[in-house]
Amino acid sequence: MNLWSLALRNLLRNRRRSFATLLAMVVGLVAVLLFGGYRSNIAYGTQTGFVQQTGHLQIQRPGYYLDGGDNPAAYGIAGYRRIIDAIQRDETLAPMLAVITPTLRLGGIAGNFSAGLSRSVLAIGLIPEEHNRMLAWNEHGVVSYARPLPLAGSLPDAVVVGTGVARKLGLCHLLDAANCTPPPRTDDGQPTPDDIAALSAGERGDAAADAGTRIEVLAASARGAPNVASLDVVEAKNMGIKAFDDTYMAMHLATAQRLIYGGGEGQATAILVQLRHTAQMPAAAARLRELLAREFPGEALAVIDFATLNPMYGQTNEFMDSMFGFIALLIGVIILFTLGNTMSTAVIERTVEIGTLRAMGLRRAGIRRLFLCEALLLGAAGAVAGIAAALALAWLINHSGWTWTPPGYAYAYLILVRIGQDLPLLVGSVAGMFAVTLLSAWWPARRAARLVIVDALRHA
Amino acid sequence: MHPVSMRSVTKNYRLGTVEVPALHELDLDIPAGSFTVIAGPSGSGKTTLLNLIGCIDRPDRGEIVVAGQAVQAMSDDALSDFRARHIGFVFQHFNLLPVLTADENVEYPLRLAGVPAAERRARVRELVEAVGLADRRHYRPGQLSGGQRQRVAIARALATRPRLVLADEPTANLDSHTGAEIVALMRRMQREHGIAFILSSHDPLVHAAADALVLLHDGRIVPPAGEGSAP
Repeated sequence: MNLWSLALRNLLRNRRRSFATLLAMVVGLVAVLLFGGYRSNIAYGTQTGFVQQTGHLQIQRPGYYLDGGDNPAAYGIAGYRRIIDAIQRDETLAPMLAVITPTLRLGGIAGNFSAGLSRSVLAIGLIPEEHNRMLAWNEHGVVSYARPLPLAGSLPDAVVVGTGVARKLGLCHLLDAANCTPPPRTDDGQPTPDDIAALSAGERGDAAADAGTRIEVLAASARGAPNVASLDVVEAKNMGIKAFDDTYMAMHLATAQRLIYGGGEGQATAILVQLRHTAQMPAAAARLRELLAREFPGEALAVIDFATLNPMYGQTNEFMDSMFGFIALLIGVIILFTLGNTMSTAVIERTVEIGTLRAMGLRRAGIRRLFLCEALLLGAAGAVAGIAAALALAWLINHSGWTWTPPGYAYAYLILVRIGQDLPLLVGSVAGMFAVTLLSAWWPARRAARLVIVDALRHA
Repeated sequence: MHPVSMRSVTKNYRLGTVEVPALHELDLDIPAGSFTVIAGPSGSGKTTLLNLIGCIDRPDRGEIVVAGQAVQAMSDDALSDFRARHIGFVFQHFNLLPVLTADENVEYPLRLAGVPAAERRARVRELVEAVGLADRRHYRPGQLSGGQRQRVAIARALATRPRLVLADEPTANLDSHTGAEIVALMRRMQREHGIAFILSSHDPLVHAAADALVLLHDGRIVPPAGEGSAP
């Protein structure tokens, strides 16, 4: 019969009250863990999505991210291949690299002139094989919605467009028919202007005519003149976010370079650096800056991380963190008062007993310890039961197939919670609950310890 | 050496703004190994006197020496340790810990005093058998009669071999037959262990068993009827 045994027996004296308090703690912990697990899944999911698309770090011309998105000619990196080679040779960076690849972003107008339809697009020129390797990155084991681009091994004029682009260009046979109604013609039935038709015909050359999939993309070349490429849409791909889906186009890097730079030296607007682990990002960024300054002193280059490139990542995490913090605080306060009330009632009920123990020689600290032990036992039981219940509920949720469509997204995501894989969440929640437990028991325990013995013994 | 020696002890209580005298300039010596009973009407100061002797209350003035040590200046922790080693308590309402068995209740003060486990077990067995509860040792207080509970309380009070056992109205919650048994038990234990017992009681049975009777009236010791001085 040690202190813990005595504390346990005291808790079992009033089983109903102890159980009700325990239940409040379990429900509170389960709520915190489930929401925390949901938040965790969203955080890892968004990180994975952004890193798959943009890499962890990008090397760009200074100012390109803010001002150069629609002006690739002004912000192109001519010697991108030498830079990539230098990075791949670097002893520090090489082991961290998963993929390093150039991209060229450009704005233009895509036209399905045979259908009299056109729309503006934001196209990316990329190396499909390397891009697909980037899409395979999944450090945190989340449910990934990324599918490889079917450009690998395709002809140079192959492009992939967002389903929104395909719909707006009337490429309905690339889509689910029920989801596509060709929009009204935008040319009022007028034929394609002669100059565009001539440019397009020159570009198309001997390519097999396929009225269903061929489109023309008009872009401003590096010299400011219009340039046209005739391209073959091989797939319409749902890009998730509607605004993105309505403008997305991916093509071979060489095709994009020919559109912008014609026969001149091809450039890239960014070098994407995807690391094996996100935790390597600060070290890799520092090393990259050092390497670029040392080996390419004449080049104005900036290293930007994916969180800066994708402000939505930070905004989503901040939003979820604030929600989680608010919910955890509310639940903490509820547990604080529930347990505090339970302990205060126990002190009042056991006043004579406290007086007796003090008379027999138990020090004030001993009384304090006894009540704190009782609270800690409740906390431990609550933690074990809460974690078990949360894991069970998380399993049920993860296997339920429930989905939801986040604001601005074009398709539904599975509702998933990550508890078991998120050790900081588990440890933090349990530590938080123990802190609340101790805090709520401290005042009643202190009051019990400070009771005047003769008054306690007289207590009716 | 007297186990208890008090000189000019005064204790007042405050009821709101009014100060109520409980004990006034009290001098008292308790002989070693005696069975002393404190008697007097309600409000005469019996419980206050026991509380001061038991070191669970402090006097406003005066000096109290218990087991050879002046206790009024001790810190709270030092007094707790002192009580654990030198003083046993028997209460009117038994005050056993309801979640512990008879054995465990007797063992508890031994744990507080830091007695090793083997010695604790032997002492508990000896005491529980001595108070006639060998067949009830694993019963909790709720499963025992009033008399049995008070026997456990007596065994608990004696567990640490204290210099002094204090009993406040130990028979007040018992019928007369059981009360007589408890008085007889305490008397026997007091003789066997050579410990000073100090009891407060209205019970004539208890008075009859006393070696010495201290009569209190309005916080002062008064001589028993027919005598000229206090013990």
